[in-house]
Parts: sequence; structure tokens; C-alpha cells
Amino acid sequence: MTTLQPPAAATRPPTGPSAKRDRRSWTGWGFIGPFAVVFAFVFLAPIAYSIYLSLFRDQLIGGNHFVGLDNYKQAFQDDQFWSSLERVSLFLVIQVPIMLGIALFVALALDSGRLFGRDFFRISIFLPYAVPAVVATLMWGFMYGTQFGLVGDINSAFDVTLPDPLSAHLVLASIGNIVTWEFVGYNMLIFYSALRVIPTSLYEAAEIDGAGQFRVITAIKLPAIRGALVIATIFSIIGSFQLFNEPSILRPLARNAITTDYTPNFYTYSLSFNGQQHNYSAAVAIIMGLITMVIAYVVQLRGMRKGA
Amino acid sequence: MRRTTGRLLRGMALLSVLALGATACGGSDDDSSSSTKAVSAADIQAALKKGGSVTVWAWEPTLKTVAADFQKKYPKVKINLVSDRSGDKHYTALSNAIAAGKGVPDVAQVEYFALSQYSLTKGLTNLAPYGADKLASKYTAGPWNAVSDGDKVYGLPMDSGPMAMFYNKKVFDKYKIAVPTTWDEYVVAAQKLHKADPKAYIAADAGDAGFTTSMLWQAGSRPYKVDGTKVTINFEDAAAKKYTDTWQKLIDQKLVAPINGWTDDWYKGLGDGTIATLTTGAWMPANFVSGVSGASGDWRAAPMPQWTAGGKASAENGGSSLALPTLGKNKELAYAFVEYANAGAGIQTRVNEGAFPATKAEQQSAAFQNKEFPYFGGQKANKIFAESAAEVASDWSYLPFQQYANSIFNDTVGKAYISGTTLAQGLKSWQDASIKYGKEQGFTVSK
Repeated sequence: MTTLQPPAAATRPPTGPSAKRDRRSWTGWGFIGPFAVVFAFVFLAPIAYSIYLSLFRDQLIGGNHFVGLDNYKQAFQDDQFWSSLERVSLFLVIQVPIMLGIALFVALALDSGRLFGRDFFRISIFLPYAVPAVVATLMWGFMYGTQFGLVGDINSAFDVTLPDPLSAHLVLASIGNIVTWEFVGYNMLIFYSALRVIPTSLYEAAEIDGAGQFRVITAIKLPAIRGALVIATIFSIIGSFQLFNEPSILRPLARNAITTDYTPNFYTYSLSFNGQQHNYSAAVAIIMGLITMVIAYVVQLRGMRKGA
Repeated sequence: MRRTTGRLLRGMALLSVLALGATACGGSDDDSSSSTKAVSAADIQAALKKGGSVTVWAWEPTLKTVAADFQKKYPKVKINLVSDRSGDKHYTALSNAIAAGKGVPDVAQVEYFALSQYSLTKGLTNLAPYGADKLASKYTAGPWNAVSDGDKVYGLPMDSGPMAMFYNKKVFDKYKIAVPTTWDEYVVAAQKLHKADPKAYIAADAGDAGFTTSMLWQAGSRPYKVDGTKVTINFEDAAAKKYTDTWQKLIDQKLVAPINGWTDDWYKGLGDGTIATLTTGAWMPANFVSGVSGASGDWRAAPMPQWTAGGKASAENGGSSLALPTLGKNKELAYAFVEYANAGAGIQTRVNEGAFPATKAEQQSAAFQNKEFPYFGGQKANKIFAESAAEVASDWSYLPFQQYANSIFNDTVGKAYISGTTLAQGLKSWQDASIKYGKEQGFTVSK
């Protein structure tokens, strides 16, 4: 925040006429004004309003009244909230490494220059990212169908019984599969563009030293794209904690397996729109936002420290 | 920057407080004024002569013709029919508009199960002073019980959903299975059918709050008792046990298809014989015609299976009313439209377009009862529906927060369909979760 203060006063000698200094400081405001206004309205104001909301409780009987931090206390003792957080954490530790691993593998393969039809591969792996998440989930939801979907068709064509991807114990993995399919291309592109800016002279030097492809990857390529890896990991952590689209769209197909408190975001949505508990929902959302922030920050600190 | 933000936040907070204050006042003022003074028929006629506009939020398709006819009859009145939202989206929009205190429609379609939630929070106008209380005898018992609360009337019934069992006659004939008349026979038929064709199921049920509550209603269970803000929730009576025992057999023996209603799989299953029966409200035929057109001629309607041989118990499933939100404008005109649509000439217009009326006269008219349904092979299905409507027990009530309770049905009772949890245990946890929510919302809730 302090960096946004106009630096004029500090760098200039303090002898200047005050009227002039005032005009200068307003010029600075003029530049950041449009940004500040938009930032305040679309970013700060909603957060402030959520915090304000979270301090009240609006009941069907008894109306709206100030309750202080009661909603936060309730959230900390809310099993539904913590179990949904547990679920997305499980999702995070399994799905994110798989997705980033595949993305990294594909990016390295593309970068190796030994792939035939490189541009075609790049675009076809990126393509799922261009499909809106809603459409992608609907499409996968159809494929997962055991009655009339792809799974059902395979079952009847080969006379087998595949496990139901939408059953309670598999649905999280099925969601992971959709998310992986959607985001491998996106992460691949981040890694690939980071790989492209590595100076080729390093490779030449490695070749002269007699380093093989594998050594080049571990000694040059991976260290060079550490920043990109950290960024992709942070995006993926945030994405996992905010999981909402996939469960909410698959729910009509698996109402019993995907509960209304399946992920923290879905839980806040249900609280707000089914239960009219806007205040409690705001408190849960703020806690979730803080948790995400802390974890993303820790990952960033650790990732960058190793890099330095 | 810091100073601007601070000021902005203060402004925001102030604005919100003002907005909240305004809604609170708006709500109570309007209600007290409208519920005290009677509105005579002359007042309404005067308003119709003067004209004005009425905004109606309703997804019932037959209202389009009704609105056109109404405007022809009263050229000075303009009806703005907004029909692009239904179900949850509709209630979310309505609740938001009421909370915001603006953009509230003059007339809103409200399903029976959701009425008390709005009337309890003074969101709906009492229509008794407009003369609605004198219309009681026009309607069948179930719908009228749903819209009235003592001497107050919160809406006029638009349609009703007396239950019947639709069955795929082709499937029953093919495997020579008798059409069940009791739930015990139903279980036996389910076993026979699934044995004859492992791909066929007696019904599709993956957990549906509306269906389960209607089944409990028919069985004689009364899980919800509502007296103002005092609410009782209990799924442990003998009648509920009758239902859970029977239905548990179907679930345990995997005799019901785990297909959710209104999905592609469901429509296909109804069409190709995978789902052999569907027990639901009398509003279903129009959906058969539009959604399962390929199976035209295969299906028939039959009375709902009974808990005791020779019984005639029935229940309602679905159905909705037209109500006047408290914050709506042009109350006289709005009421005139609702009365025209649901108690006047509008009824016949809607019946002609396939709606199932909530009024006794229309249900009992010869033309209605003798109407042949080409989809059901020329069967006079309305006779069965009208008989069902007459047998609906009227002492059922929904929770004043049924909308929320239904939303968590699959989180709780749904477990019985996918794990070792029994239906009775599922209902118990639904009960607990509903009680918890009720208490949080300030109700006095007991078991």
C-alpha cells in the first residue's frame, strides 16, 4: 500500500512551495485513480461487505442482528466445513502432482525437439483448456453414465461391468480426471514457454561436457523453470481449494455421492442459496480465503527459497 | 489511497445499513395495512377500469394464453409475464428481490411446499380481505389446505398433483405381470420383472425428497407439525416405518434403478422399458408426451398402490399456487388476475392446454373425465386422477423451510441409496439436520 504513495515528497528538497507540491501529488492520484476506483469497487468493497455480513445473523424468525464473531466460532466447530476441506486437500495432494507431472512430461517432450508433429501435439493437448469447464463437465458426465453413457455402452458391448465412475467412492477420482484433462494443456504451456527462454548456449556447453538428455533435464531445464513450477503449483492449489464447477454440474447425475457440502465453495454456495444463510456463508468463505492464502504463501516462500 | 479506501468502506457500510433498514420497515408496514382492511369487489372493478400493469413471475406454460385472454377482457390492464425461471432459480430470485425490497413481482407462482416459508416471514399478502376466503369450497382439500392457514389465505391454487401410478403396459404384458394394487404386490412385481429381465426395474429412484414425502403422506405418516413458529419434525412414527420397511426391500434387492429424475438416462429409461412404473402427480402426462414421445401407447395410468388391500389413500405430489408478494404493487389488479386465472374463466383455458386443475367443478365435469389420452392408448386417465384427488388426506403440512430441507435430502437420506445406511437411519439424520437448521433460524423445534 505504501508503495502507492507518490514518491515526490521524499525525493524533492522540502523547500518547494506547498501549492506546487499539492498539484504534483494530485497528478499522481490522477494516474492511479482509475485503477484505484475499479480495485476498490470490484475487489476491496466485496471483501469488506463479506466481512460486514459475517458479523450478523439473519434468521427467518427474529430477523437480522449483530452477533460479533459467532459465525466464525460456529465455522471452526462445523464438521461439514472441515470434512469438505479435508476432501479438497486429498484432491490437492493426489490430483495436482499427477496433473503437473503429466504437464511437465509433455512440455519436456515438446521441448526435446524429437517429437514428430510438435505443433499439432501442442495445440491438441492445449485444446481441452479452451473448452469451458461447464461444457467439459457435461461432456464427461455423459461419458461416465453407466446406463446410457460411454461406460454403459462399453459394459454392454463387451459384456463387462466397469466400476461406476459416479459412485460415492470413485466420484472424487472422476472429478480429478476431468480437472486433469482440462488443465494439463494450460500448465504444459506455462512450462513450455519457460523452457523456450533457456539460452541454447547452455545446451551446447552441456553437449561438449558430454551430458546426456536426462542430465540436461535435471541439471539445466528443471532448475531453470523452477519459477514456473512454483507458479503452476500455486495456481493449482488455489484451483483445488476453489473446486466448484465440476461437482456442481455433476451433482444432478450423482446427488447422493456429491453432497451439498462436497467442497468448501460448494458448501458456501449451498448455505447461501438453499439455506439463505448469507452471513454464515460469508464467514466460511472468509476463513477459506485465509486458509488458501496462507498455504499458497507458504508454498511460494519455500519454492522461492530453494531457487535462491 | 488508504484514506480513500477507509472513506469508501464507511460509505459502503452506511449504504448497506440503510438498505437493510429500508427492507425491514417496508416488510412490516405493507403487511399491516393490507391485512386489516377488506377490499370489495367494487374496488377491484374500479381498479380494472382504471387499468395499470401487473408483473407476474410464473413458469406455468398455460398462463400465457390466460394472460392474453385477460388483457383482451380488460384492455387497460397490461400483464408482464416473466416465465424464464423455474424451481430453485425462481425462489432464489424471489427471495433476493424480497430481501432487497425492490424488483418484487406483483404476482408469483409458489409451489405448495414453499408457501409457508414466504407467508411466515410476511413475504406474501393475506388474500382473505380480497374475498379469497369465500372460495374455499371451490377447491379440493389438499391444495386448499396448502394455501390457507386458519382464516388467512396466501395464494389461490393453480393446479394440483394427486398421485397416480403410471406403468408401462407393454413391459407388464410381455412378462405377464399383474399390475400391482398394493405396495406388497409392487415388491413382488419388482422381483418378477427384474428376474425376467435383469435390465428392467420396477421404478427409478435415486432419492427424491418430493417423492419420499408424498409416499409418507400416503402411508399416513405426518412427520411435520407446524404451529406458527413451533415446529415438530419426526420420522419415527409407525406409518413411516411401514414405508421404510417396504422401500428398503426394493433398495436392498436392487430392484429400483439408481437413475435420477429428469436426466437423459431417466427419459430414455421411461421410453425403452428400463423403468416400468412411475408414481407421481397428475401433471405428468404432458411431460410424457413431450419427453418420452417414442413410447406413446405403451403407458397407462392406474391408482396408486395401497398400504392395505382395497384402500383408497392418496397424496399430492407437486402443484403450485399464484400468490401476491407483500412488496408487490397494484394489489387489486394482481388479485383480479389471480382470481381470473385460478378461480375464473382461466381454469378452463388451462385445462384445455393440459393442466390438471385444483378445482372440484372442473375435475368432476363430464368433458374432463371423459377426455381420452391418445398417449395412454385412449385411456380416460382423468377419472383416475380425479378419484385420487378426492382421496387426498388434507392434514399434511410441509416445513416452513421445506425448500432448504429438500436441498439436503440427498446428503442424508441419499446415503441409504448408495451405502449400508438404512432408509430409516437416513430419515433420522434428515430429521436431525432439519431440526438443527430450524433452531438456527429461530424456530422452536422438537422431535
